[in-house]
Amino acid sequence: VRHEKGCKTQDSADIISTVEFNHSGELLATGDKGGRVVIFQQELESKNQPQCRGEYNVYSTFQSHEPEFDYLKSLEIEEKINKIRWLPQKNAAQFLLSTNDKTIKLWKISERDKRPEGYNLKEEDGRYRDPTTVTTLRVPVFQPMDLMVEASPRRVFANAHTYHINSISVNSDCETYLSADDLRINLWNLEITDRSFNIVDIKPVNMEELTEVITAAEFHPNQCNTFVYSSSKGTIRLCDMRASALCDQHSKLFEEPEDPSNRSFFSEIISSISDVKFSHSGRYMMTRDYLSVKIWDLNMESRPVETYQVHEYLRSKLCSLYENDCIFDKFECCWNGNDSVVMTGSYNNFFRMFDRGYRQDVTLEASRESSKPRSVLKPRKVCTGGKRKKDEISVDSLDFNKKILHTAWHPQDNIIAVATTNNLYIFQDKL
Amino acid sequence: MFPKGTKRKFSDSGDEPAAGGEDVNQPSSVAVRMLSSYSLQRQSLLDMSLIKLQLCHMLVEPNLCRSVLIANTVRQIQEEMTQDGTWQIMTQALSAANAAAQCSADRLVATEVLCRQTEATQGEQVLKPFPAVGSEGCPAEEEEEVVVEEEGEGGPQPPTCQAPLAWTPAGKRKMDSRTAEQVFGTFEIKNPAPSPDPALEELFSDVDASYYDLDTVLTGMQSAPKMGPYDLLESLSSHGPSPLSSSTSCRSDLNELDHIMEIIVGS
Repeated sequence: VRHEKGCKTQDSADIISTVEFNHSGELLATGDKGGRVVIFQQELESKNQPQCRGEYNVYSTFQSHEPEFDYLKSLEIEEKINKIRWLPQKNAAQFLLSTNDKTIKLWKISERDKRPEGYNLKEEDGRYRDPTTVTTLRVPVFQPMDLMVEASPRRVFANAHTYHINSISVNSDCETYLSADDLRINLWNLEITDRSFNIVDIKPVNMEELTEVITAAEFHPNQCNTFVYSSSKGTIRLCDMRASALCDQHSKLFEEPEDPSNRSFFSEIISSISDVKFSHSGRYMMTRDYLSVKIWDLNMESRPVETYQVHEYLRSKLCSLYENDCIFDKFECCWNGNDSVVMTGSYNNFFRMFDRGYRQDVTLEASRESSKPRSVLKPRKVCTGGKRKKDEISVDSLDFNKKILHTAWHPQDNIIAVATTNNLYIFQDKL
Repeated sequence: MFPKGTKRKFSDSGDEPAAGGEDVNQPSSVAVRMLSSYSLQRQSLLDMSLIKLQLCHMLVEPNLCRSVLIANTVRQIQEEMTQDGTWQIMTQALSAANAAAQCSADRLVATEVLCRQTEATQGEQVLKPFPAVGSEGCPAEEEEEVVVEEEGEGGPQPPTCQAPLAWTPAGKRKMDSRTAEQVFGTFEIKNPAPSPDPALEELFSDVDASYYDLDTVLTGMQSAPKMGPYDLLESLSSHGPSPLSSSTSCRSDLNELDHIMEIIVGS
């Protein structure tokens, strides 16, 4: 069982809606319901505390999206950031894509720690010097200044989605990316904002016949022609862009046959996939539905190779969870750096980790009470019936307003970011 | 944690009318009770689902995935109820109630399922509050234990008829299309549906391009008003062939528009 150490919490006024490490893990971006992006940067390892990797501190904050109004439909467009995806770093600056329901933006985050000084015609404060007082010429030089981090929007990809964008994914070619809404997936070139290619369209001619929507989509990590998208009916389709321009015909269809003994009116709802993530290796993909996490081998479409129950004790509560809408909560999931452990969130500020190799799982809690900085997280247990042991929590005591929907794992190290409703927790492995 | 349901009371098997007389095999009283319990829970789930479909947020576009999943659930319940005959019984009971109220069931469907109720002008029944039975949602424990007895058991007991839901008695296909259209209609604006709801058509047929001014008026509710209601009045009255006839048609237009605004804003 893994031991974790609480390292940092960050209060935010708004509800966190997405969390994402960049490719090196040095930066961690969060998006919130108010349209803001907050980026944390890992400090360099300090010599004083060799057992602790660098802490994450706020690096940059900017307003990515503003609320808008769709005049044609008389509806508001929320500024909530649905997803952030980092681009691989190519030069000194960092780039990320952030999206709300309708518009994707490419942001450049750059540092400035020097400024030119010693102009001939200007004073340091910008006032122009009297030319008659200039007796010598000098070459301006760069002098160090306090670090300034600037975020500037470089591209705005708008007006391509009728429905709500749920996913964006950068291609391994680093030139294109996809954006997916409920019924369509578009392919963009990062340089071109006035055009996108529609590559998947599942909208029926007659909206009356609509029974299935797209819930998530992602590009393969190495094969730039391959992507997958998941649906509200629990299916995953793998598509090859070389096959045709419009990928309505899938190359592979991943679907697990339904267990007839578990059938209820809620079967379809709980089979709806809320997140799909390729493993770093590209050999597997993971899907999250309401009660479980499933690992699929891309070579086997008939059923997943591994299934992990996140909170099976909720199966008998589905009617209540339908009534209070919790059954529609969309939990995300993530892989660790070497694909040996997967993680996902649950209720009561619990999150779960499943070690695929050791066949172990653990439930941990992200809350102020249970995670003092530098202390080890204690595993939690939900009592499903019968006598409740000490330290266990019964199902009826779970707080369903405290849900962990967004989690992220550092690409190399055992550092995780867990978002509760308003707070971000960063835990790291005790060395 | 969850809102605990009020204790469900359903009538004894003795109070319920015997099943049709068509079936020789009378189910045991225990089975009947369990079947009734299941039917009630199923009905309750149906009611809950319909409410969820109606409660669309006025300002923000509703979540399409959630709506699709709920609509699919409704469809499943509908199919099951059709298979065991409950559906027909309910719709018959409803059409009797509808006939008494002298309204067309089609209109009722539109009323119940539309996100924005525009039919209240017709003086029809708006959605009645559901009776206490099962209104709090089904207790989760009971659901597990209920055994579903279907094909072998003969005619099921008719469930305690809830408040009249607006089902069109014309059959489930029509219901499907109406439900889906009303629910998903708001999502599709690029290609206007060729066959919109006839009631809606009628309502807006007199309103010309100034219908889009309605949107502006609604916009005005949110931000700085670009056009007040009185501007709308003026622009409407400026259209129309002659002052005399236009004033009457305008008045009914305005009444209806006023009413729509009241409902949308006031509700």
